[in-house]
Amino acid sequence: MRTNLAQLGLTWFVQNAKLDLAADLGATTRFLERGVTDQVGRPKTAVVDADVHNEVPTIRTLMPYLSDYWQETVNSTAFDGADVRAFPPRLPTSTRTGAMPPNGVPGSDIDLLTRQALGPDVEVAILNCTYAVDAIHNPYAAAAVAAAINDWQIAEWLEREPRLRASIVVPSQNPELAAAEIARVGEHPGFVQVAVPARTAMPIGRLEFHPLFAAAVEHNLVVGVHAGGFSGYPTTAVGWPTYCIEDYAGMSTVMQTQVMSMLVEGLFVEFPKLRVAMFDTGCTWLPSFMSRLDKDWKGLRRETPWVLKQPSDYLREHIRFTTNPLDIPTQDMALIRALFDQMGGSEMLMHGTDYPHWEFKAQHDAFMSILTDDEYVDVIGGTARTFYQLSPQAARNSADA
Amino acid sequence: MGVAKYVIGKVDEIPDGCRRIVNVGGREIGVFNVSGNYYALRNRCPHQGGPLCRGQQLGSLSAPKPGKYIFDPNRMTLRCPWHQWEFDLETGQSWYDPGGVRARTYKTEVASGSELLAASHQGEFRPMPGLADKVTDQLGSVFRPDEHCNLAKQPGPYVAETYSVSVEDDYLIIDTGR
Amino acid sequence: MTFTRPKEDNPSIRATTALVDCDVHTTFPSDKVMMELLPERWRDYHRSFADAYVSSAYPRTVRNAARVDSWPPNGAPPGSDLNFLQEQLLDEWGIGCAILGPLLRVARSGLQNPEYAAAFASAVNDWTASEWLAKDERLAGSIVTPYEDSELTVAEIERLALNKRFVQIYVLVGTSSPLGNRKYWPIYQMAVRYDLPVGIHFGSGSATGAGWPSYYLEDHCGNAQSFQSQVISLVCEGVFERFPTLKIVLIEGGFAWLPPLAWRLDRAFERLHTDVPHLARRPSEYIAENIWLTTQPIEEPKAPYALKDLVDSFPALEDKLMFSTDYPHWDFDAPDEALRKSRLPQETLSKIFHGNAQKLYRF
Repeated sequence: MRTNLAQLGLTWFVQNAKLDLAADLGATTRFLERGVTDQVGRPKTAVVDADVHNEVPTIRTLMPYLSDYWQETVNSTAFDGADVRAFPPRLPTSTRTGAMPPNGVPGSDIDLLTRQALGPDVEVAILNCTYAVDAIHNPYAAAAVAAAINDWQIAEWLEREPRLRASIVVPSQNPELAAAEIARVGEHPGFVQVAVPARTAMPIGRLEFHPLFAAAVEHNLVVGVHAGGFSGYPTTAVGWPTYCIEDYAGMSTVMQTQVMSMLVEGLFVEFPKLRVAMFDTGCTWLPSFMSRLDKDWKGLRRETPWVLKQPSDYLREHIRFTTNPLDIPTQDMALIRALFDQMGGSEMLMHGTDYPHWEFKAQHDAFMSILTDDEYVDVIGGTARTFYQLSPQAARNSADA
Repeated sequence: MGVAKYVIGKVDEIPDGCRRIVNVGGREIGVFNVSGNYYALRNRCPHQGGPLCRGQQLGSLSAPKPGKYIFDPNRMTLRCPWHQWEFDLETGQSWYDPGGVRARTYKTEVASGSELLAASHQGEFRPMPGLADKVTDQLGSVFRPDEHCNLAKQPGPYVAETYSVSVEDDYLIIDTGR
Repeated sequence: MTFTRPKEDNPSIRATTALVDCDVHTTFPSDKVMMELLPERWRDYHRSFADAYVSSAYPRTVRNAARVDSWPPNGAPPGSDLNFLQEQLLDEWGIGCAILGPLLRVARSGLQNPEYAAAFASAVNDWTASEWLAKDERLAGSIVTPYEDSELTVAEIERLALNKRFVQIYVLVGTSSPLGNRKYWPIYQMAVRYDLPVGIHFGSGSATGAGWPSYYLEDHCGNAQSFQSQVISLVCEGVFERFPTLKIVLIEGGFAWLPPLAWRLDRAFERLHTDVPHLARRPSEYIAENIWLTTQPIEEPKAPYALKDLVDSFPALEDKLMFSTDYPHWDFDAPDEALRKSRLPQETLSKIFHGNAQKLYRF
């Protein structure tokens, strides 16, 4: 492994040099269009991008997919769907250079997204729509908007680009309604996941959420937890913070809460086939988190006797994380390697560009450089392919849909 | 030649549901009576060395699914006062890693006074140097065990090298060799 | 006119051996004792209204959350009897100095009624001084405060700040707003004026950023997320920029989560620094400079030497970690075992076991 580092260090250097050359906007865009992964010195293998964000530009986009009543509501009232975004477009972390389309909502333009995120080496990209359905407190409005988004995704994304897969958007705040929506569209072969925001009104391991997970499992869908969530309750454990950066950074604490909830509530005992992916979390908190939870469980397990083995065992079996963002100290390769091993290795991680969000390329490249070739193949596509049970065919035959 | 078997005292000194911690050659060993069966464990948790035998005695607990409790109030689980790790009284196995982490256990026997007298003539037994009164006091106050336990009021234990063994009584023995 | 505590060593606390325990919990022996300490105006109030104030949403795994072997022979609660504490903790482990943090039924200074909380805090602090600090030179006190009311907290700090047996200001981690919020800044003003660290201790409020979990296990482990939220707030609100000499101690939150959080904040800062232009330095620099942490409950990774890797990954930890047992709680860390397999070098262990605490608290 150590001898590989020298070789990989060279690869990392080469990739960085290319980025330096591509400093201006035009060059960056061309670089992106060449393919985000750039497998210089690596085994050639088809890439799976497990985290690409498609976004709804405005409620108007969804009008063709809304019933007459809801169309009238949009036209005659102040209702225009969710009034917040998990990734406000102009936040410096929300949009990478060159990814802003004319309509001002990155990720909303399929042509631009395809050009920039689906390079020639990308076999499949999994769309993660973070539309804040949970910010709509009227449950029927939430359900209607979610359904419209999913119909829009089918018609204007999945049917148009066979390399795309997508996440079912649901009114997560009402697990029964969410289950109904999953049942409605869950058999469409383009959907591989159900999108759930991190900051729910109660932790998602709780009994109240069982209908949502049951439906996901029944339709063989991964449940993907992404940054965001607008339940109306304070966004941290200790009340409302002041600055956006606190919400942004604090998302990792909420992810920890959710992982803990799923593990100790026995969600994976109730649903042994359940698979959960966590996005936008950073994951260097995983080793300390796992050791703390395992330790406490040994002493407190009588309260949750259905957790029959160490919580981290369930975590490794059922939960996966993506590679962007990472939160690593880029200057210390040995440390990054150690963290990676402690996290659980390439089986735990799936390459995800997090397009169109800011790509933190130095972190991504530093991380990729410490992987062996086998680990690289896992991370760049193998793990996701297995986890999402993707067909070995490069393109889904849309005629079969 | 080391003598491995020690006489703790008369069996009725540890009533059902009660326990006593004894000092055997410098080691503290907890002796428990659960429904007439006697179990002995080292009073030292394999985790951080806590006084395991002062912990709570609990029932066996598992659950095949969330909310489906399977509970046997058999009080066969000993939970260490430090960090609450659980150990089976009989096998000493930890709950969370039965193959890897365990407390040291000792075999117990009951022998009648006459058997003991016969055996002692052949040097097979050594009487208990003494019991830890202070420890039993604390146990009494923490757990308020069944009324008949009342360990705090136990008479002073045997401090001499030898003591009288009555042929009518039964005695509890622990074997530190196994 | 500013008051400052003299910066020389604190001779009133006698550290007899090289082991400092930075987190020991005391409690009232009984309600009766507590009532006698309250001013008369609050006794009747307490009789009628005390029950309305909830102490914990999650039942502790064992009564008083205490080691079952820590109940004194007189039947009083764990941590209420000086003699027993001396015997079972200080003498047993050769602890040279123990820093007391009153908890449980005394930790009501976060109560909604600020004047009640202030009266309670004063009673607790006076009781600590007369029943503990006066009777054993090895003990140091924490100033319990009605921290949700800055004005009353300032008054309590000023009342006790020049008593050198009190070595820190005490708040609980479950606050109504994140601790970087400006409403708490008067507390930090006092802290730097008197050069007293602010100790933030586990407890009081168990909600998360995703609502209320179901189990004590989540409450217990989940305090780590609360501590992380507090660090994010203190850094991003610019508390350490405004009060560069402020010292924050995170007590009973664990510590292994700190480096990943520092890296995350730095990465976020890379792109979002225009949100917080008042920050002149990177978040990890503030964290490295202004934050101390106690060791208990020590993380127990499968490979114990991972603790050494962790300290190496964030070198400031070497000078900021301070040993604690959390006596008499059930997850007490034994001084001889907690760090035994960590492979930390002796020099670092000495700092953790006493050097860092002696320097911070100046004894």
